[in-house]
Amino acid sequence: MGKTISEKILSEHSGRDLKADDFAIVKVDLCLLQDGTGPLAVRQLEQLGIKEVVNPQGIAVFLDHAAPSPRKELSNDHITLRNFARRTGCYLFDIGEGVCHQVMSEMFTSPGDVLVGADSHTCTGGALGAFATGMGSTDIAVAMGLGKTWFRVPRTIKVVVNGKFRPGVFAKDFMLFLIGTLGAEGATYKAIEFTGEAMESLPMPERLVISNMAVEAGAKAGIFASDKMTKAYLKLHGREDKYKELRSDKDAKYDKEIDIEVDKLVPMVSMPHTVDNTKPVEKAGKVKAHQVFIGSCTNGRIEDLRVVADIWKGKKRDTDTRVIVTPASKDVYLLAAKEGLIETFVEFGATVTTPGCGACVGVHGGILGDGENCIATSNRNFLGRMGNPKGYIYLVSPATAAASAIKGELADPREYF
Amino acid sequence: MILRGKVWKFGDNISTDLIAPGRYFHLRSDLNELAKHVLEDADAEFAKKAGKGDFVVGGRNFGLGSSREHAPTIIKIAGISCVIAKSFARIFFRNAINIGLPVIECDTDKLAAGDELEIDLEKGVIKDLTSKVQLKFAPLPKAMTQILSDGGLVEHIKKHGDFKIE
Repeated sequence: MGKTISEKILSEHSGRDLKADDFAIVKVDLCLLQDGTGPLAVRQLEQLGIKEVVNPQGIAVFLDHAAPSPRKELSNDHITLRNFARRTGCYLFDIGEGVCHQVMSEMFTSPGDVLVGADSHTCTGGALGAFATGMGSTDIAVAMGLGKTWFRVPRTIKVVVNGKFRPGVFAKDFMLFLIGTLGAEGATYKAIEFTGEAMESLPMPERLVISNMAVEAGAKAGIFASDKMTKAYLKLHGREDKYKELRSDKDAKYDKEIDIEVDKLVPMVSMPHTVDNTKPVEKAGKVKAHQVFIGSCTNGRIEDLRVVADIWKGKKRDTDTRVIVTPASKDVYLLAAKEGLIETFVEFGATVTTPGCGACVGVHGGILGDGENCIATSNRNFLGRMGNPKGYIYLVSPATAAASAIKGELADPREYF
Repeated sequence: MILRGKVWKFGDNISTDLIAPGRYFHLRSDLNELAKHVLEDADAEFAKKAGKGDFVVGGRNFGLGSSREHAPTIIKIAGISCVIAKSFARIFFRNAINIGLPVIECDTDKLAAGDELEIDLEKGVIKDLTSKVQLKFAPLPKAMTQILSDGGLVEHIKKHGDFKIE
């Protein structure tokens, strides 16, 4: 019997021949922690009485959720994490270096890796052909201390995507559509594998959007086979030696298969307060945009910022709409500055913030007022997510967010393409 | 183990943002303080009134969203002995086991707010002493009961020096 990508990676890391539903102890290559979950992981490691980590070169600590810190309690959490990184010798990414998942993809995650992170969007790494999944602080403490974790090998849903994306329609729209189709728990405990000509021709930044949001359908992982796009991305970041061919066997067993044609796909929006509450933007009705947020581990990449700048060039934001742009990493920020995108954003009337997660997770830098709407490129619109349970979050692509900032209301971006 | 307490009823899709809101992000290293706000946006009275041993009862996809382990932890600190739901989001479920908070998957439609329950975790039986309804649930996979019975993952590893699950 053939194997899926997940079965292959987990078998290799456990030294056993695993199939879906098996329980296994699995070697971990990479761990990530951030400032919301890291301090608890450090305390749990202390509880375990473990002083050293097994593989400091495979652990990255990110100060990204409160960057820079808006409160003394969080500044103290940052001290805890900086000390931990210094003491154990693992990597530290301090304020301004970027959102964990973006930096992991740029610098660490490679095909065939097992990556576990104390952050639910760790599944982003599946785009690079890694088995990447989010866990809690205690699991990550144990993974750092013992170099391994336990898994139930997931069954895999195969999503075959064919056709060609139409202008103004992006991977984000596809993923919102898929989550709407599957439902918020449609893939719980499972891996989703993305394949078909529309996925094969998708460059890595767009694949990262898709894998990032797999967890919003409940999935444990959202995986792509490695191919020339993976190779090109690794090369761009000076890591072409990490490339490894990895794909599911032809006779691999899937839980189910879903076929999607993207030719018919239109810009989509997730309405408050669940991600699977999706509809076409053109059918969403009038939604005033009090705030537009462009950024996050989903859509804060240079490719996203270029799309936005193309739409905004020479224009001004609606006077009643405030606009926040958060590049996903320092490298994205620098590139955006070099290409003149930052100038376009500031002239448009946007505020450009430090790379990080603050607005999306409701910590700081974009908290909504009572009754206000935010048109956001992030990945969650749960009640209270952006810091106020009386706020309303609409999830869209960067193009839709950009169009909405001009019009002052949720707007279909296709007229700009 | 027999658990006894009162039902606190919640709906579908109770996210970790509802359980441990982001606006209290700065309290994550002060879990007792954070626990005063547990589930505040779903039921403002819950944190004040939940009694020791009570049950949180949800609908579908309980605990979806962020990986913050603080969510099950502050439910436990609030005195809750077990979370019962029609289904759970994966990370919440795993976190609950890891911190030693029992979780039960079963049809919760017949459990009403305020009902008194008696739960036998080993036998897989929920007795609703108020409505006299009796519900059965499937036991957890063995790997999870091994961690849970040791009192959570930290205790499990301390006891065995390694993973000891099948």
